[in-house]
Amino acid sequence: MFTILRNEPLTAAVWRMTLAGDTGAITAPGQFVNLKLGGFFLRRPISVCDWDEHTLTIIYKVVGQGTAAMAAMRPGAVLDVLTGLGNGYDLRPAGARPLLIGGGVGVPPLYGLAKRLHDCRPVAVLGFNTADEVFGRREFETLGVQTIVCTADGSVGVQGFVTDALPEDASYFYACGPEPMLRAVWDKTDIDGQLSFESRMGCGFGACMGCSCQTKYGAKRICRDGPVLTKGEILW
Amino acid sequence: MVNLSVCLSGVPLKNPVIPASGTFGFGYEFAAWYDLNCLGAISCKGTTEQPRFGNPTPRIAECVGGMLNSVGLQNPGVEAVIQGELPRLRQVYHGPVIANVSGFSVEEYARTCQQLNDHADLLEVNISCPNVHEGGMSFGTSPEAAAAVTHAVKAVTTKPVYLKLTPNVTDITAIAKACADAGADGISLINTLLGMRIDTRRRRPILANQMGGLSGPAVFPVAVRMVWQVYEAVKLPIIGMGGVSTAADVVELMLAGATAVQVGAANLVEPCACRSIIDTLPAQLEALGVKDINELIGGAHHG
Repeated sequence: MFTILRNEPLTAAVWRMTLAGDTGAITAPGQFVNLKLGGFFLRRPISVCDWDEHTLTIIYKVVGQGTAAMAAMRPGAVLDVLTGLGNGYDLRPAGARPLLIGGGVGVPPLYGLAKRLHDCRPVAVLGFNTADEVFGRREFETLGVQTIVCTADGSVGVQGFVTDALPEDASYFYACGPEPMLRAVWDKTDIDGQLSFESRMGCGFGACMGCSCQTKYGAKRICRDGPVLTKGEILW
Repeated sequence: MVNLSVCLSGVPLKNPVIPASGTFGFGYEFAAWYDLNCLGAISCKGTTEQPRFGNPTPRIAECVGGMLNSVGLQNPGVEAVIQGELPRLRQVYHGPVIANVSGFSVEEYARTCQQLNDHADLLEVNISCPNVHEGGMSFGTSPEAAAAVTHAVKAVTTKPVYLKLTPNVTDITAIAKACADAGADGISLINTLLGMRIDTRRRRPILANQMGGLSGPAVFPVAVRMVWQVYEAVKLPIIGMGGVSTAADVVELMLAGATAVQVGAANLVEPCACRSIIDTLPAQLEALGVKDINELIGGAHHG
């Protein structure tokens, strides 16, 4: 069980929730948690933004009734949360200058990753639709990570998509965002990398086969064998 | 001490609680959540002769009191199940194994069941699949087709054969009787109810397959009704299922006529659902003054 410490909006639709509880099952950035909400049958899978021994931070976008209910929750409320789900990012191949490529609500897990990448100089490339939707820039910069923000409408930062702002001298990439963005990153990059996918899930822990996808190495479950897949195994 | 053990056609179960096919994989991954040996039995993921990826995604939609799925029988095929999945399950689980079999022709059902015969304690034959030789109509919606599958499987197997029925029929008792007359050892029911959800913003069905099977607490009263009807119609043991999520639900379905009870969608929300139900069952029975759980079977039928 987790207790909500804080629940606050970062933009008009994106919220950050900090919870207190046992995070011992979380082993890698890029994993996710699955929250049971009153009045909803299925749990809500949300990526882990950051964690320490006793606290968990998630950043979520209000997209439907479940996430709207989450945004209405107050500090002190207790939530049933399954933690440590999914494989998460593998930090070992990062190299000297890894890219952290995030789109919209795909940005949060890259923050937890940036915090745990040592002995390298990561560059964060964060894409949003418009200036009002930008979040996370300051947090990445506070970690000492060079941060490039792009907006589709050019209202702040580089005008265009993340693929218009990728530095040339990168060693590796880690990406999380909507599927068209992941596809564009996959197409555009010559370097190797890992991509984190979103999917409509049943259970979130590998039992129902609801979120299966085809890969070069056979069928994989986004929830259990992912959500992070390597660039080399993806079939579009 | 309350007696929880029941018996399905000669297969003893330490309790009547079984994770339902399609909600528990081949079991072994749930060993990370709890010791599977507390379970009465395990009904494995539906297996077909050939490997299947299943339907396109999205395959899951939510609704009040449950969910829809259109997974489409994803499984690695009977050969890989026998060589890989069942041995992995046997490493962590030593109780009865129910093989759940699907097919798209009578002959395919028979071949797959024959292959699994020596690797399972009981065969559960899912006849909700479309019959490719009869215009895609489900075997489970025609008494003749249900009987044909039953007959063909019984002819090539030695383990108890339970036919798993679809509730998407006008008269469930006609199907159950046809299976019984063709030599079935028992009946499993209910499979999911056909449903649909539409994304109102996109004006498109949520499921890529458009329609899917409804499961979860919303279907429990349908399960109770159909188990009740089949119990009255045939003299065969029944594995009841459909929206079971508590020990009280187990008691209710057994009173309707089930000898054992499967837990499905609840596993997807609470990975330890079956263990919790088993843990709370003795107190539930004691509160009802029940000393032997077998007293419950069909206990709501009087005259």
